[in-house]
Amino acid sequence: MIKARNKSMKAFGESLANANEQLKIINQPDGLTRFEEKFKETGESQLISKEPEIFQINIGKMCNQVCKHCHVDAGPDRKEIMTKETMQYCINALAKTNIQTVDLTGGAPEMNPDFKWFVSEIKKLNRHIMVRSNLTILVSNGFEDYPKFLADNKIEIISSLPYYTASNTDRQRGEGVFEKSIKAMRILNEIGYGKEESGLIFNIVYNPIGAFLPPKQESLEKDYKRELWNKFGLVFNNLYTITNLPISRFLDYLIESGNYDNYMNKLISAFNPSAALNVMCKNTISIGWDGQLYDCDFNQMLELPLKNGSPRHIKDFDTEFLNNRVIVTGQHCFGCAAGAGSSCGGATA
Amino acid sequence: METYYKPEDLPKFDTMKEGSPELWEKFSDWYGAVFAEGALSEREKTLIALAVAHAVQCPYCIDAYTQASLEKGSNLEQMTEAVHVACAIRGGASLVHGVQMKNVHAKLTM
Repeated sequence: MIKARNKSMKAFGESLANANEQLKIINQPDGLTRFEEKFKETGESQLISKEPEIFQINIGKMCNQVCKHCHVDAGPDRKEIMTKETMQYCINALAKTNIQTVDLTGGAPEMNPDFKWFVSEIKKLNRHIMVRSNLTILVSNGFEDYPKFLADNKIEIISSLPYYTASNTDRQRGEGVFEKSIKAMRILNEIGYGKEESGLIFNIVYNPIGAFLPPKQESLEKDYKRELWNKFGLVFNNLYTITNLPISRFLDYLIESGNYDNYMNKLISAFNPSAALNVMCKNTISIGWDGQLYDCDFNQMLELPLKNGSPRHIKDFDTEFLNNRVIVTGQHCFGCAAGAGSSCGGATA
Repeated sequence: METYYKPEDLPKFDTMKEGSPELWEKFSDWYGAVFAEGALSEREKTLIALAVAHAVQCPYCIDAYTQASLEKGSNLEQMTEAVHVACAIRGGASLVHGVQMKNVHAKLTM
């Protein structure tokens, strides 16, 4: 088992904290099938976007947790936080579009000091907001009022809980995280989250705790619902299974544990054309903490910006240039196209 | 170190179709059907396979069905219990033969 971290890879000056070092490894000429070649099995020559439907905004890399698989390399030491000025650019851009869904992520998005202001401003535009909350932040000092704030604004909450037992969850997310997550879920349930009649949506994300693909979403959701109800009396709406992509800390884990080659081969052999055609970058625009635009959160972490003349910064946002754009791909994209597919909304095929 | 069991041999399993493709096809179809969701879930069937893999002590099967169990959503506690079931039956199967020993012993001794 690899050791738990208390700081990001960046804080320790590790080479894999650098996006270029990650790209050197995953895109090395190792004889493995290239994603761009394999993608042609879909019957299409390139991955092309549709009209954006989701605005996914990473409002900072700061996090109260240091999960072993984090593709953001987030942690308490990260200082990259979206400013109010950049948030305003996001709001200006959003106001010019019909994009109905805003997906706020991080780090722990709640740790951005302007989080509440940002949410309130987006609500004025009458858009649906999802927040990727790690749960433990909701029971941390200074954040106790956040569950009610989220409920008052009808925010959909999406939270990682990689398993329904403490040992498995804590191995990935840190000692004591499961217990705090259960405490936060209890608070969320008490104010109506996860209960059908409340209209307050609470979804859970499963990530494999190691070098393997996720189980079938439907059957795992049944297991989660049964176990969380029987053991803790907790409810939630949907379970999303998400595949770990070979980048950042998960890449570090794959290399350290000697699983890298097998994992890449597994992803490639599990390539599913219908999953490849339904990847989330087709209808998502990802915005970095500094306002840079990307095809997805993973490209953002690999510092692979939009290409082919698309605008690079939220200040220059223009949907006309974003529809039907060629999406930037690489070997990491096999992660979203493997098996039943993977996206921020779970399986895609 | 050279070994009879090599991890890289597992993906070569389907080379067994060479020489008898019809039998391989029948085996593959049947194998796939056995593990499909039925009265038992895929997860339960995979745990049974993991237990049997230990009973027959097949390193390929242990490797494959440990991964498969994780990919069906089982945890280490469930997988360990499955292995114990296999071991209990193996151990019990030996122990119950003690009755044969007792029978022979009873016949031969006063």
